[in-house]
Formats: sequence, structure tokens, C-alpha cells
Amino acid sequence: MTATSTAAFDPNLHLQAQTRWRPIEVAFWAATLLPFVLFPNHLVLASQIAITALFALSLDLILGYAGIVSLGHAAFFGLGAYTAGILSKYGFSDPLLGLLAGAAVAGLAGYATSFIIARFRHLPLIMITMGLGFLLLEAANSAEWLTGGSDGLQGVRKGRLFGTIAFDLYGYTAYAYALIVLFVVFLAVRRLINSPFGLSLRGIRENSVRMPAIGAPSRAHIRKIYTISAAIAGIAGAVLTQTTATVSLGVLDFQRSAEIVIILVLGGAGRLYGGLVGAIIFMVARDQFSGIAPQYWYFWIGALLVAVVMLLPNGVLGGLAKLGSRWRGGSS
Amino acid sequence: MSGAALSTQGLDKRFGSLVVASDINLTIPQGVRYALIGPNGAGKTTLINLITGMLRPDAGKILLGDADITAVRPDARVKRGLVRTFQINALFPHLNALEAVTLAVCERRGVAGQWWKPLPAYGEAVDEAYAILRSLLLDADCYRLTRELAYGQQRLLEIALALATRPKVLLLDEPAAGVPREESAGLFTAIAGLSKDITVLFIEHDMDIVFRFARRIIVMVGGRILVEGTPQEIAADARVREVYLGGDAP
Amino acid sequence: MAFGPIFGVLFDGFAYGMLLFLLSVGLSVTLGMMNFVNLAHCAFAMLGGYTSVTLTNVYGWPFLATLPLAFLAAAAASVVFERTLYRRLYRASELDQVLLTIGLTFVAVGAAAYVFGTIQQHVRTPSYMRGSIDVLGANLGAYRLFLVGVGLAIMLLLVLMLEYTRFGAQVRAAVDNQRMARGLGINVDLAFAVTFALGSGLAGLGGALAIEVVGLDPAFAFAFLVYVLIVVSVGGLGSVGGSFAAAVLLGITDIAGKYYVPEVGAFLIYLMMVVLLMWRPAGLFGRR
Repeated sequence: MTATSTAAFDPNLHLQAQTRWRPIEVAFWAATLLPFVLFPNHLVLASQIAITALFALSLDLILGYAGIVSLGHAAFFGLGAYTAGILSKYGFSDPLLGLLAGAAVAGLAGYATSFIIARFRHLPLIMITMGLGFLLLEAANSAEWLTGGSDGLQGVRKGRLFGTIAFDLYGYTAYAYALIVLFVVFLAVRRLINSPFGLSLRGIRENSVRMPAIGAPSRAHIRKIYTISAAIAGIAGAVLTQTTATVSLGVLDFQRSAEIVIILVLGGAGRLYGGLVGAIIFMVARDQFSGIAPQYWYFWIGALLVAVVMLLPNGVLGGLAKLGSRWRGGSS
Repeated sequence: MSGAALSTQGLDKRFGSLVVASDINLTIPQGVRYALIGPNGAGKTTLINLITGMLRPDAGKILLGDADITAVRPDARVKRGLVRTFQINALFPHLNALEAVTLAVCERRGVAGQWWKPLPAYGEAVDEAYAILRSLLLDADCYRLTRELAYGQQRLLEIALALATRPKVLLLDEPAAGVPREESAGLFTAIAGLSKDITVLFIEHDMDIVFRFARRIIVMVGGRILVEGTPQEIAADARVREVYLGGDAP
Repeated sequence: MAFGPIFGVLFDGFAYGMLLFLLSVGLSVTLGMMNFVNLAHCAFAMLGGYTSVTLTNVYGWPFLATLPLAFLAAAAASVVFERTLYRRLYRASELDQVLLTIGLTFVAVGAAAYVFGTIQQHVRTPSYMRGSIDVLGANLGAYRLFLVGVGLAIMLLLVLMLEYTRFGAQVRAAVDNQRMARGLGINVDLAFAVTFALGSGLAGLGGALAIEVVGLDPAFAFAFLVYVLIVVSVGGLGSVGGSFAAAVLLGITDIAGKYYVPEVGAFLIYLMMVVLLMWRPAGLFGRR
């Protein structure tokens, strides 16, 4: 964010102003409560949006802030989903337990693969993330005894929140649950972005060559954020399982990895809210167009993607920011 | 105790049949200002890349003080006090100057990995960054994005980033490169004002700067060190004159 | 014969590798030249395939005659896209290039489904290409022999062109060091445009040839993208020989894997790719 030099001479005050909650942020979160009142018949969709938003947020950490392009992030989403599902199948259906377990398994996998990820850039990195994603998909497909293979996991049970609150058919509990999880994780992510670690991530994205030259252990930073991002993706996957009581291989496939990249870029990567905005737009559009045949969906998504890349390189939020600064007189 | 701040022994590096460094032996004592000059392609920046660890030598040793750092990772060398600036700006385009220097300060303090407290909670680091910027007269524009700064200011920011790491040995790669005469005054003041505790080696083509700031000069040609000496000795050296084909020497 | 099955598997794998080579070599060279990540490469292949299908099934052309047209159609389409969209993104980030070309692939898939439907397409190959031929005691599929012949011929042509023509020298220079090539006065942009058209044309040819072996439907553009990317990253960017070696390696591994350890599925392929990339990020024959 730029500010003219006449504002806040004290650098500490300036930085504090940057990290403060803006009115529009408060409005955004207040608006997330609207579906309960305005769209009570669409709460299932709303909870799907919240889950996707959380998944996109996890990707933003590595793609938007650290500059790591991953085409295999669904691996962690899927790990979280299957972990929660398998736990519930064997009697541990408490949602919070599933969340923690999903985060732990996905985070552990993220930590293990981060050693590979941190060593590569550019095309080899993209290929490796894709390859690792496919590897996991194939493994899940083969391990039918654990995952149910292509039939999906059988026997997933819906748990009760705190032992009492059940997931109702209309999605009230589901949306409330997903929204609260999203908000709590968002608060943590927001804190991370505004911390020195967040600054070092942006440094890696802006100039990865310069970082070691100022004494930054870039690889250690990347490993840390990759692990955190994987854990959050795992939480999103777990919530999906818990609210829909199903898990299938679709949580792990390339299409899901590609889609979440598209969603994040659509909203605007590296802007904290980009993934959330992108999720809302994408999922609502998909719901509206769900009547048409899949091939038409592909056509229009492709066209949208081309348009975003050519015309709106920083996504919707980037475009809005540019409009906003031009409206304000564009002195920066 | 050798007393040398930085020394190399027998550094070699080649890319296929192209020899970029051959048997480089350097001994740079503490606190002295050295200039490294030579025609384009002599291997000066390559030498800095080798010393800082961005390139791995085929043979030879690098010592910082008494410690052998040949196998030490680049970022660890910075932590030990060996810092360089880049000939072509290597800055963070979308960070503002304050953020960039604060980042360097946080990395030095080892707090850049902490994610649970917001940046304003690290007031000391921010104040330190601001002080560095002020000493280089960048404080007025410190909230502007790096990509919006004037070129001369960006070169100063390069130095600011290096200073934030509290270097013991500072390698400046053509600090004045590309800076128009009108803006270079601030740059020279900054270089002259560098603490006498810091050992400085700078690459420069502008002989005015070289003869003004350097106490000793090293001349490199074709990956080898041709000669080393005081400015007077170098100016009088026939081989140096020949290499520069009558280049200006006062 | 005791070694019969192995020889057959190797031959099938090799033939499949020829197909993969044709589909991949264009992407490898253009990636090496301009570092432009064109994930729509297999969409051009798909275009070649559908061109061949239309010409044989609707207009009754003989199969072999459609092959040059498949090449030309894909090459022409690539020129159009290069002029209009790709050249704006030469200096853009990898992510932008990936997203643009994935978007184009989506559009191609949707368009193909709209025009041709999602059914599997077939072509009528000439009668002498069906069945098998007895070679040294092994029964080799005639069509696959044809594939091998075409693959080797193209490989030879490409190598000759690269080594012995001025254009080939320009391509090699541009792949090696683009900035220096420009500095030497080589028109890199023109060389790239021609190479891009040539590479996409070869992909179109590959797409047409693939119909008989793996079929053709709108999902082709994505299904083979993964294999092509594996060949390119393993073989090394900008290397014709690397693409050839990697394609053969992948083809044989895939066929042999499906024959000997079908439960493992594609796991082996991806594992091989990840391990190879970690060992040599620039590919087996890539630079740096």
C-alpha cells in the first residue's frame, strides 16, 4: 500500500495503520451472515463456498505470498478429507477431532514434501507438484482397502458438534460450522501475513535471489509456509467430508488442483481476500450454470480464464484496486 | 592470527572451456578500502559471486577472518558478516523501502520466522530500519514502493539493505553504475560515510571514484589478478596502462 | 518363443514412444527457445486428430492423405494464436502463461465437445495397415510399424535440419542463449514463430496418428498433456534427442508397466518423473 509521505511520519504508526481492520473487511464478514437470512434454501451451497474459500486461502499463502506455483495442492485437501472420513468410519466422528487429525496428516505430508518443493523453481517445480499430486491420486486409487478406491469411502458418519449439535438437512449447522472454521483460520492467516514472517514471504516472491543475500534462510521459510498451507488445506478437506458425509477420489484429482488455482487467480492472488472473492464468484457461477452440459462449462471457464489473464492480471480484487486508485485521483 | 578480514586461496572456476577465475589469491586486511578494477569480462562480478557463495568454486578456499567459509551456505555467510550489493538492482519491487529494510533487519535479528505477532510489535527493528534509511536520506520516500523510486534512490536502497545486515566485510558491485551525475552525490557521501570498522571491496569503472576512495587497488584481467598496489603504483604501472589502452589515470 | 512377449512389449512401447515423441518434440523446442509454457500444445494435437477424422469420415479421403492436412491445420492454428495472444505474454510470469494456455485448452475441449460430441472417434486406416506382420518370429502390428517408421523419419529430418541448415543453426543458437543470438543479428522472433508452427504441426500429425492407437475424444487435450509434460521435463527443454529418449523411455515404461504390473497403474510413471526431475531438474539432456 502506498501513502504519501505526509501521512504518519512515525514508521511504527504507519505500519500499525496498515494492519488495522478496514471497514470494508468488517462489512465483508458481516455479509457472510446474510445467507442465513436471505438464502436459507442455499445454505448447502454457502457451506461449499466457505470450504472452497478456505482451500483457496491456503493456496494463497504459497502462491500469492511466497510465489510457489503448485498444480497439486488438492493432495493436501484430499488427505484431510480422507483422514476425517476414515476416522469417522471407525467411530471417531467428532468433527473437531476430525479437523485436527486432517490438519495433522496434511501438515505432516506438507512438511515431508516441502523439502523437495523448496529446492526447485519454475517449470520443474510446477511439474513436481503435478507429479506428486498424481502419485497420491494413484496411490489412493490403488489402496481400496483404505479409501474405497473409485467407489469412494463407504461408511462415513456424520458426527455431532460438541456431542450434541447435529448436521441438519438444510445445512444450517454445516454453514455455521464451515463459516466459523473459515473465520478462525482466516484470523490466524491474517496475523501471519502482517507478521515479519509474512514480510519475508513477500520478499521471497518479490526477489528470491536477494533473500539469501540479506541473510534470509529462504528454504526454511518456504518449508514452514508450505507446511502451514498444507495443514489448512487439510482442514478444508476435513470440513467437506464432515458436512457432506462423503469422500471420493475427486478430492484429490488434478481438476481440483487446477480449479483452485483458477479460483485464486480470478479473485486476485496475494491479496488475502482474493481466494474468498474468487470462491464466491466461481461457485455461484457454477451453481447457476449447473444445468448446462459440462462441455459448455469448460468452454466458458476457459474463455473466462483467458480474459482474466489478458485483461485482469491481478484478478478481480486487483482490478478493483486499480479502479479505486484511479477514482481517488491516482496520485500514486 | 592473519589479521585479514577476507582472504581467498587459489580460487578457480571455469564453465566448460571458459576460465572465469584462475588461481585467485587475495588478502584484504581489516578496515581497508579496496577497489577491484578491470576491463569488462575480467571476472570481477564472478569473483564476488564466488566469495559470497552464489557460485561454487572448482578449487580453492575462502576465509572470513580465520574461519573457512568455502562450504558455508550463502545466507549463513551473510549472518557472519559477509555482505554484497548487486550491480543491477536486486530489490523488492512491490515492497516499500521501509518494508524492505525492515525485512533485512528482522532477518538479521532472527525474528523473520515469527508469525504470531504483527510487524508493529517489533518496534525496535522498525526504528532501526528507519534510522538506516534516514542516514541515506531515503526517509522521506520510505513509504513509496521500490519500483517507484528514482534510480539513484534505488541504488541507495541497495546499500541500505546491505547495511541493515551489519556487515563486517562489504562487497559493493559497481555502486554508482547507471546513476546520473546529479544523483550520485548522495551515493558518494554514503560510501564515504561507511564506518571505518567495515572492510570494503568495491568494483568500479569510474576512476575518479576509485582514486578518491580506495587505499589499495586490485586489477583483474581475464580471470586473473594482474597486479595489486596503492593508487599511485597502479597509475604508474605500464601493464595496467596497456590493459586500459590509455584509460584516464590522474 | 520364450522372449516373444518381451520383444512384443518392447516394440509396442517403442511405437507408443514414437507417438509421444511426435506429440512432445514441438513443445520441448519452443519451451527451450522462449521459455513459454504452452499447455495448449495438446489442443493443437487434438485439432490435427479431428481434422483427420473429418476428412476421412465426412469427405472420404484416404487416411494417409489426411496426415499432411492435419499437420497444416495445427500449424496454421498455432500461428493465429501466437500472433494474437501468445506473443503478449512472452515476458509474463509462468503462472500467467500456464493459466492462459490452460484456458485455451478448456475452450478447445468445450468446442470439440460441441462440434463433435464426446464419443470416441475412429478413422479408416488402409487395409495394409491393419493386421500384423511377421518380423523375425515376432508378430508386429502393421500400424505400429508404420508409426515407428514415421517417428524415425521425422527424428532424422529434424536432426538433419538442426545440424545442417542455417535455420537449424539459428534455432540451436536461440535455444542456447537467446540474448546472444539476438545480439548476433538472428531474428529470434521469426525463428520462434516458424519453430512454433512446425512443432504444433508435428503435434497435429501426432494427434492424427494417435487415433488408431488410443482413440480420440475431447478429453485428449488434457489426457495427453500430462504425458507430454513428462516427456518434456524429463527429456530436457530444447532438446530433440532428449525428447526422443524420454518419449521412448516413457512409452516402454508405460506399456511394460501395464503389461507386467497392471495394479500399479500410472504410479510408476509419475514416480519416475518426480525422481528424475529431482535428480536432474533441467531434464536428462537439458542445459543448466
